[in-house]
Amino acid sequence: MEQKRAVVSVVGKDQIGIIAKVTTCLSENKMNVLDISQTILQDFFTMMMIVDVSEAEDLAKLHDDLDKVSQELGLKIDIQLEDIFQTMHRI
Amino acid sequence: MNLAFTEIQETIRMVQMESLDIRTVTMGISLRDCIDSDFDSMNNKVYEKITSYAGQLRPVAEQVEKEYGIPIINKRISITPVAELLGHASKDQAVQLAKTLDKAARDLGVDFIGGYSALVHKGITKGDQTLLEALPEALSVTERVCASVSVATTRTGINMDAVKQMGEIIKEASELTKDANGIACAKLVVFCNPVEDNPFMAGAFHGTGEGEAVINVGVSGPGVVLNALKRHSDADLGEISEVIKRTVFKITRAGEMIGRVVAERLSLPFGIMDLSLAPTNAMNDSVAEILEEIGLERVGTHGTIAALALMNDAVKKGGAMASSYVGGLSGAFIPVSEDNGMIKGIEDGALSLSKLEAMTCVCSVGLDMIALTGDASASSLSGLIADEMAIGMINKKTTAVRVIPVPGKSEGEMVEFGGLLGRAPVMGVNPFSSEKLINRGGRIPAPLQALIN
Repeated sequence: MEQKRAVVSVVGKDQIGIIAKVTTCLSENKMNVLDISQTILQDFFTMMMIVDVSEAEDLAKLHDDLDKVSQELGLKIDIQLEDIFQTMHRI
Repeated sequence: MNLAFTEIQETIRMVQMESLDIRTVTMGISLRDCIDSDFDSMNNKVYEKITSYAGQLRPVAEQVEKEYGIPIINKRISITPVAELLGHASKDQAVQLAKTLDKAARDLGVDFIGGYSALVHKGITKGDQTLLEALPEALSVTERVCASVSVATTRTGINMDAVKQMGEIIKEASELTKDANGIACAKLVVFCNPVEDNPFMAGAFHGTGEGEAVINVGVSGPGVVLNALKRHSDADLGEISEVIKRTVFKITRAGEMIGRVVAERLSLPFGIMDLSLAPTNAMNDSVAEILEEIGLERVGTHGTIAALALMNDAVKKGGAMASSYVGGLSGAFIPVSEDNGMIKGIEDGALSLSKLEAMTCVCSVGLDMIALTGDASASSLSGLIADEMAIGMINKKTTAVRVIPVPGKSEGEMVEFGGLLGRAPVMGVNPFSSEKLINRGGRIPAPLQALIN
């Protein structure tokens, strides 16, 4: 089956357990992490993950779950289908 | 090919920090099959058709917005110019139809419905006249209905009889909504060379050359362009043009993709992509600030038109490379009330009404969202419209006038329109009369530019 991929981005104050909590949420929604990278930009923790969402049944539910994590940790978490990045940066 | 970390970051930065958004997904719907000699029957058919065609517009747009993480600010509908449906209808019936459109928009949860329009650039039919007469009342009793009237084109010249009426209509619409600072006028545009697939309000309508239904997309992003320029503070003007072009290319690609996804999910054809730098009152989301970043101390000073011409052209070129179906108005809008930089330019005395007029020669539309003194006469308004129409006619471009004479307000006062419409300092019109010119009536013949066959 063809992969449907999305980009998860997390921006906020660095703290213990960010990756653990976000990936737990992803695995509960049957999402496989394909790539992950993180950096600290001007004191801000920035993490990007490419995840496989072809198994995920309900993107809206994932959104709500991530929102909860985002509120709990005081971080900004977004998930966007990868096509938008491909369209903007690849011809 | 895998995406680079920096590319992902760039997109996220554009959306989250620089106000990149899809300003509107506009569904164009033809209402010609609703025409009926019995008005009530037509009225029902119009409501039924709009609500059934656009029933899924808002939920689908919201779903796409969530999945791709790019905000879609407005969901709108454009329809066949209403004057074409009116036929034998009376003025009261025309107002009733406006209410029906407003109700349909409200029930669907769409932000605006455009197309309460008439094309009278050469002559006025019975239906057109009914619509013109109904305009002031229709706009003051509805909330989401937008109107436009085409009074000139390069191919036909300027219909000065219509120009005369428009001055009076604007005046009356303003009086009818004097408690709300003449807000009805914010929903009325007078056009020269209107485009049939424009997704932006208040001038959107579903033209006669269009199909049954279509999805058009309007993308905006002055903030993105402004921030891109801030990273190139020492570039020469050729490089500035290149930076704008490249930035706009990316924005346009994103917009077209979102538009195509929405169209596909609604099983409708994708029409056009309109990349217009349309400012909002949000911090840094200003066209004037881009001009100032290029190198003006304040917008309106000498050099403003050169900077605007460069920017408008670069926006068009970037858009044209990114999408084969660029349409609408594509360029830069220079509304006053929606742009904090323009407001500041006027307050500081740098920007005048005459300069704004001159700027419309090189921007994508025209005099937009300008508050005028309440005592501006109908003939002065008509004169202002005539000037703007002449600029469009001779330069073969779209120009428009959307001005709001604010009852009881004098020059220098600030008026609030609320929401996306913003606030504007009241400007004075020329105190000398244009009455004789306007009262002559008739048509200004099509210019030599029209004779191209």
